[in-house]
Amino acid sequence: MVKHTKPKTFYEDFVRKGGPGEKNTHYCPGCGHGNVHKLIAEVIDELGIQDRVIFCSPVGCSVFAYYYFDTGNIQCAHGRAPAVGTGLARSLENSIIISYQGDGDLAGIGMGAIMHAANRGEHIAVFFVNNAIYGMTGGQMAPTTIVGQKTLTTPLGRSAGRDGFPLTMCEIINNLAAPVFIERVSLGNAARILKAKKAIKQALVNQVEKKGFSFVEILSPCPINWKMQPIEARKWLIDKLEPVFPVKNFRNGDSQVKYDPPRPVSDEEMKKLFNLEKDISIKQKEEHISEQLVKLAGFGGQGVLSGGILLANCAIAEKHNTSWLPSYGPEMRGGTANAGVIISDGQIGSPLVDNPNFFIAMNGPSLDSFEDQVLPGGTILVNSSLIERKVNRSDIKTLYAPLTEIAQQAGAVAAATVAGITMYALSTGIIAVDTIRQVIPLSIKRKALIDENLKVVDAAREYYEKNLAKT
Amino acid sequence: MERQLIKGNEAVVFGALLGGATHFFGYPITPASEVAHMAAKQFPATGNCFLQAEDEVNAINMLYGAAAAGSRVMTASSGPGISLMAEGISYMAGAELPAVIVHVQRAGPGLGNIWPEQSDYNATVKGGGHGNYKNIVLAPFSAQEMCDFTYRSFELAEKYRMLVFVLADAYIGQIMESVTLPGDVKHAPRYDWALYGDRESRGNLISSILMNTELLSTHNWKLDDKYKKVAEELTEWEEYETEDADYLFVAFGVCARLCLSALSALRKQNIRIGLLRPKTLFPFPSKRLCELRKKIKTAIVVELNNGQMADDVELALRCAVPVHRYNWMGGKVPSTQDIIDRALKDLRG
Repeated sequence: MVKHTKPKTFYEDFVRKGGPGEKNTHYCPGCGHGNVHKLIAEVIDELGIQDRVIFCSPVGCSVFAYYYFDTGNIQCAHGRAPAVGTGLARSLENSIIISYQGDGDLAGIGMGAIMHAANRGEHIAVFFVNNAIYGMTGGQMAPTTIVGQKTLTTPLGRSAGRDGFPLTMCEIINNLAAPVFIERVSLGNAARILKAKKAIKQALVNQVEKKGFSFVEILSPCPINWKMQPIEARKWLIDKLEPVFPVKNFRNGDSQVKYDPPRPVSDEEMKKLFNLEKDISIKQKEEHISEQLVKLAGFGGQGVLSGGILLANCAIAEKHNTSWLPSYGPEMRGGTANAGVIISDGQIGSPLVDNPNFFIAMNGPSLDSFEDQVLPGGTILVNSSLIERKVNRSDIKTLYAPLTEIAQQAGAVAAATVAGITMYALSTGIIAVDTIRQVIPLSIKRKALIDENLKVVDAAREYYEKNLAKT
Repeated sequence: MERQLIKGNEAVVFGALLGGATHFFGYPITPASEVAHMAAKQFPATGNCFLQAEDEVNAINMLYGAAAAGSRVMTASSGPGISLMAEGISYMAGAELPAVIVHVQRAGPGLGNIWPEQSDYNATVKGGGHGNYKNIVLAPFSAQEMCDFTYRSFELAEKYRMLVFVLADAYIGQIMESVTLPGDVKHAPRYDWALYGDRESRGNLISSILMNTELLSTHNWKLDDKYKKVAEELTEWEEYETEDADYLFVAFGVCARLCLSALSALRKQNIRIGLLRPKTLFPFPSKRLCELRKKIKTAIVVELNNGQMADDVELALRCAVPVHRYNWMGGKVPSTQDIIDRALKDLRG
């Protein structure tokens, strides 16, 4: 039996509605929203979940559902209620989230939101009121308008050829793995309304039991926009809509997705995770250095970017200020790559290394690109493994070293820039080679790689001392 | 606390979590993706929620829902993604929901490219979506500030019930620098306006719809009063060598860094130039600029856009001093020398 008392989940007076008639809803005579509202409110009463419910109102005729439901209320942008519900459900472990949506809202503008929320198995009960027309805006075509149905925007009837076919949302959502409950019900007559209440109840029980995404499509009359009398509309619903939208249960299963609410760690654990207590500094700053503008350039895979990061980490370890800025994007993938590192004891202004005072050229194209930009009096370290030519300029210092071969012989061809950084340290004295050796284990995770990189450092030092120290 | 080498886009995530963020909803886009990558790692690692949304339209609506639930929630994106969020941003402003949006600007319009621009200044500072509203806009110029500004942005957002933008550019997002992480972990308190799914909060309504013109008018004036209060209480900027300055650079983000380098070079050539760097773009340091107009002969606004902040600078200076606009677009970033050369030409005549 449909009870004739007002559920307590409804407000006694609809104060938010304002104006005259605070006891009446804003819905038109014969509209199905009143039925659906009442069924939902009754179920909330029966389950004793009124305090826990947060009701997401859509855009459409039910935009003002918060006038009536004495629950937590949130009004959503057109079609977005499932996304809003996602944000709520993932914040509030004990809440019961209801997304109440019409056909334009859910199957038109909000198609993406509903599909993805369903596919993620969000903990939301969706009540989808399908009346095959846009009510609020005065009777335009909905995604669920049936072929031949006349609306303001299909004055001669919906044409499948022009407008496509009505979308059957239960069938579509039934293709997804995550939802636990999918059912289409009808408000065509009293017996159907009682069945509708059962489905609504199951969808909400599923929320109480944290089972997951539950979807109830409710075929509902819109006599005003269908241009029918209320009784005629209920008949049309049964005769015309139900054949297109079969009334049945599509799924009543168990949860596929575990409910996994956030469980933040303690403050102390977070600090530990973020290394807040770890000190990587190696030596106390003794003397001020002049600002170092270092550029590394080569092709992708030579470790140009990571070499720069190693240098910047060494600078921090020695308590200098530093910045590292890469060229990035498509250039990183297979093309040339370059990184600028600035080391300074003052505030670092521009992070761009337009004119380096130390340039490590890992391949020929890089030397061609940047040779002219090196500051007079600066240094170019040329990777002679890959660059045959000599530097043209005479106003700078040049160092030639087979960086790739040195790295290769040490077993880490990708660490050629590590050899370059080592030689930078030896040549300028800005950072100590020991610092590089100590920073490598802090910035590389794989043990084998650490050893290989350390071998590269040692080989580079040996080469430098033997061949370059006196230049 | 020890310094670590951290990328600007990643520093955001550490700042956020230490600042009490519990939820991140986002959609990848270059050059902001590293924020999502690091969030995907660190939010779950700290027991918090990371979710990759199906698109930016729904990501911002997840923020709407989580913010309504009193969560400290954030997203990160870049121009095209922020455009898609404009609807939700307007709804959040209308419903007075606090949240944080990190916007790492790329070059536009349209798909543009992934290099730095500051061309979303107007869209971010003036609103961006429909209706009368403003966002608090913080403009970091280093990886440290990416962390620090995000860290404090949640409290600001909640204090004023506004959206806070951390407006960076591709270079400030990509740069790695020494960063000292804040030592204290913050947490959101319970708010009387939020929805918690319990009896005490049952009467609350989160909404931006007010059908009655009188009510919506009152709401708009209330928002306007709030924005005025924010302007009084929150305007922040930093000045460099303005005490004796005849000339003034005005720049934010990476351009402020370039101006710092140009400033020291120009000072060496006996050009007494200073720099005013707004740290908040809304509210904008108009009052301070208005004071400085009595001191300075010329202002130079350096921006990676078509002069969007320069309009605000001119307004603040009441057109009392000439404003030179140094603008680069399309992802082109000037060298320090480019700025020095132009300044020498303009200031020495």
